[in-house]
Amino acid sequence: MDTTLETPTNTLYAKEPSWLAERRSAGLDQFKNLAMPTARAEEWRFASVGKLSIDNFNPVAAPSSATLDALTERSNLVSDRAGLMVYVDDAPANFECIGRELAKQGVIYLPISEAVEQHPELMEKYFLQESTELGSQKFFGIHAATVKAGAVLYVPKGVEIEKPFVNYYWTSGSRAAVFPHTLIIAEDNSKASVVDIFFSETEENEALNISVSNIHAGVNAKVFRKVVQDWNEKTVSFQLDTTVADRDAQVKNVAVNIGAQRARFENQTRIEGAGADVKMYSLTVAEGAQEFDQRTFQTHNAPNAVSDLLYKNALLDNSRTIFSGLIKVAEGSQQTDAYQTNRNLLLDPSADANALPGLEILANDVRCSHGATTGNVDKEELFYMMQRGIPQRVAMQLMVFGFFEEVIEKIDSEELVENLRQLIHQKFSSKIS
Amino acid sequence: MKHSLEVKNLHVSIDGQAILKDFNLTVPKGEVHALMGPNGTGKSTLAKVMAGHEDYTVESGEVLLDGVNILGQEPDEISHAGLFLAFQYPMEIPGVSIANFIRAAKQARLPEGEEINAIEYYKDLYAKMDALKMDRKFTARSLNEGFSGGEKKRCEILQMAMLDPKYCVMDETDSGLDIDALRIVSEGVNHMRSEHRAFLVITHYQRLLDYIVPDVVHVMFDGRIVHSGDKELAKELESKGYDWVKEAFATASA
Ligand SMILES: Nc1ncnc2c1ncn2[C@@H]1O[C@H](COP(=O)(O)OP(=O)(O)O)[C@@H](O)[C@H]1O
Ligand SMILES: [Mg+2]
Repeated sequence: MDTTLETPTNTLYAKEPSWLAERRSAGLDQFKNLAMPTARAEEWRFASVGKLSIDNFNPVAAPSSATLDALTERSNLVSDRAGLMVYVDDAPANFECIGRELAKQGVIYLPISEAVEQHPELMEKYFLQESTELGSQKFFGIHAATVKAGAVLYVPKGVEIEKPFVNYYWTSGSRAAVFPHTLIIAEDNSKASVVDIFFSETEENEALNISVSNIHAGVNAKVFRKVVQDWNEKTVSFQLDTTVADRDAQVKNVAVNIGAQRARFENQTRIEGAGADVKMYSLTVAEGAQEFDQRTFQTHNAPNAVSDLLYKNALLDNSRTIFSGLIKVAEGSQQTDAYQTNRNLLLDPSADANALPGLEILANDVRCSHGATTGNVDKEELFYMMQRGIPQRVAMQLMVFGFFEEVIEKIDSEELVENLRQLIHQKFSSKIS
Repeated sequence: MKHSLEVKNLHVSIDGQAILKDFNLTVPKGEVHALMGPNGTGKSTLAKVMAGHEDYTVESGEVLLDGVNILGQEPDEISHAGLFLAFQYPMEIPGVSIANFIRAAKQARLPEGEEINAIEYYKDLYAKMDALKMDRKFTARSLNEGFSGGEKKRCEILQMAMLDPKYCVMDETDSGLDIDALRIVSEGVNHMRSEHRAFLVITHYQRLLDYIVPDVVHVMFDGRIVHSGDKELAKELESKGYDWVKEAFATASA
């Protein structure tokens, strides 16, 4: 990768503490030493690796203040919120900090650089300490070496916050490389909600995203993270997300994937405490020549815990999806309930959905299931709907919404649901007619 | 312009097997015609061909709506032209609520850029559901999913009432209905009877025709109408049974 930011000792990071400098330089080594993925690697099976190029994307200078203001203006999917951060090409555009009440309780919601300055011990403990191990380690390396934009949310013991923290990561400049990062630390008995939104300024600006998000959920903590990925179709995206759940923690992830030319999504969930309950829901609308490549890993290292994954993909045109999931139940993790389901709805016979569900169980008293189904639009359903006067493309859209309903209904904000429907609707009306 | 639904010399086959064989029928606006006949004789085939189902091969013939041939048009175009089909087996559409479904169907009839008035829409929907004794909570339920046979048929009539078609084809709407539901559904249909609308009521049993009294009764056998008469014909058919039809008309049609 041709990048101007290969040296973490560059002035931008000069004032950083030594632990961070070390993590950055280790990341850079990892990036340099690991080869680009190959089609032969199991972790990249079915992905069109040959077409994967990250060349000639670079971090870019901060956009004009007019652009920052305009995109802040457009950062309006969720109006009722506890805090807001907007980045454009990794440059800060807007920051609505938390109110005095939350600050008094010890809540921290800060951009990464400020969190490193003001809370070095916390950051040393959590920042860049978790990564997915599903094939994108090289890309995690360059993320660690380069990351400067992102949000840190820390919720102390017993503090419950209902309203979400909303983070927008935009791209704008020409062939911009961005490295957004969201770090969520929910201490014991706390409650937090976060929405991460990935948008492009226009349909045309080409971009590379390598983002990371880490959730740390303490004992009995409740964390709800929603992710909206609607990059333009000139974007290559890697989204590397992890969750670590302690005893009785309840974590819910809902991802809505609409955009990007190629989107690699890795999600690794580690259950480290008994009784934890982690839900992972995802819906994807793939069209044109888009490729969505989803790799997931649910690890149970403690007994009596639940992990439940449901990924639903609707595919149009020549689009492709790949779902590869693994559940691993460690020895001694008895009474585990682990589920993994991938459902694909093909709206066009030339679309291509691939599924590789997997299980590795070392405990004997567990309930696990994994499964994948791929189905076509039911012709008789379509005839029925069209008999009522509904045009074919509208009927298909209704079917897709129907197919997604069980995921959409997990989202607790009506405003966000309405805005998401609108985004999906736009994708349909612009492409099928 | 002719104000009728007219089927002329219709020949239809599926997988090379002839099903409708020179079928002819005219239902003028303002009238209710019943189409009766044994199972497998082609009644549902006729209904689906008229609605534009792509599985059937039309060998020859026409289906004219107010004088315009609709064969070859897309199902949604035929719907817009005014033909409504109440299905013998309504499809279950998971995740699509009744309210959203009917709304999409009504929206599709509006000119580009015009939005349906939500308040009036719901007023209308609730009034019609009340008339059909459907629980208003049904609006939020997925269309036909998990519905009983009777609920599905009521939901078909609800859609028919909401879309206000000129030509209503009802395929075995009475099957799966208990006597109360039959009465309610028939009332809904009778309420819609007008000089501007025609009905083709397909049924296997005479029972429905006690409630929806037809102007003309046609008997169908082996892909064509073999006998027509007034409402007394349905009673005759009921008492003599379909074997009578087979005996009386099998030779005639052979
Ligand atoms: N989709 C289909 N594929 C093959 N055969 C069909 C299909 N639909 C109907 N048929 C055949 O056509 C004939 C008429 O069926 P149908 O129209 O359903 O009769 P009815 O409604 O009068 O009971 C039957 O022999 C049936 O098996
Ligand atoms: Mg039938």
